[in-house]
Amino acid sequence: MMRYMVQRLGLLFFAVYLATGTVAMAVEPGEALADAKLEARARAISVNLRCLVCQNQSIDDSNADLARDLRLVVRDRLTKGDTDDQIFDFVAARYGDFVLLNPPFKASTVLLWVGPAGVFAVGLIGVFIYFRRRGTEVVEAVPLTADEEYRLNALLDKETEN
Amino acid sequence: MGKIRSAFVFPIAIFLSLAAIFAIYLYQVGIDGKVISDLPSALINKPAPTFKLPSIDGEGAGFSSKQLTGSVSLVNVWASWCLPCRIEHPVLMRLAKEGVTIYGINYKDPPAAATAFLTELGNPFKSIGADRTGRTAIDWGIYGYPETFVIDRTGHIRYRHVGPISADDISDKIYPLLKALEK
Repeated sequence: MMRYMVQRLGLLFFAVYLATGTVAMAVEPGEALADAKLEARARAISVNLRCLVCQNQSIDDSNADLARDLRLVVRDRLTKGDTDDQIFDFVAARYGDFVLLNPPFKASTVLLWVGPAGVFAVGLIGVFIYFRRRGTEVVEAVPLTADEEYRLNALLDKETEN
Repeated sequence: MGKIRSAFVFPIAIFLSLAAIFAIYLYQVGIDGKVISDLPSALINKPAPTFKLPSIDGEGAGFSSKQLTGSVSLVNVWASWCLPCRIEHPVLMRLAKEGVTIYGINYKDPPAAATAFLTELGNPFKSIGADRTGRTAIDWGIYGYPETFVIDRTGHIRYRHVGPISADDISDKIYPLLKALEK
């Protein structure tokens, strides 16, 4: 009975969490642009810019002062007609590539992008070689002795009878 | 026996190289006190951003990027509400007394509070610009105040220090750099 109740309670909490807890928005109503399309672009760009004060949140999520200032800068440049790329370049020119949550594909970040897949590939090759080696071990067939052959036939005959 | 060995060597080699990398990073943080979360400035060796800021109380000249060419200087971003700025202020006063040119960017500070701060702790700045909106600070790539920049005589940024400047930072990093740039 207790277990049933605990399960149901856990499910309820999870449902409430899903319904309410997924998006942490730090954008205040006064910041949002009037133009819905521009505002949507602003949000999309903000989600990809790192808040440097907290360093693990985007400026869209973070409540930090700097995050708010950067959100305003993004919106300001959008209204001035910058493209998304121009805005990313603008912020990265001042704060470095680290501010981009989507790191650019450059010589310095090749290891970051290719690394995980590379390690996986190496591991896969290693496994392949390992099993290959095991497979080619030839087990020589040792012929049955007369006694074993007799017992084998006896067993087989028994089976076919049943 | 040889086959079993080679299957073990590979993961152990990976583990050892990872352990070595982690050890190197931990060593750096431990001995140097270097904080991994300090970002290198994206503006090193680039010209300082162009700006023109008014003075704190609106009277007199403020601080503009034109003043940065011609001599080696420091630019310090500070605010009266920033506690580490209070802590580092005596170091700046000492530097100013020794003849170093220091400019100040007063970040998002009510004029009365900023003036009171300088009256209480002294004014080491040759010029101060009031950045009320914080936009100029964003042009400088500020993320953690106080921050101090070393500018060479052509107006290029040579070094950025994040956080309060200590006497050790002065002797270890700032003085040698200033000497090198003065030549």
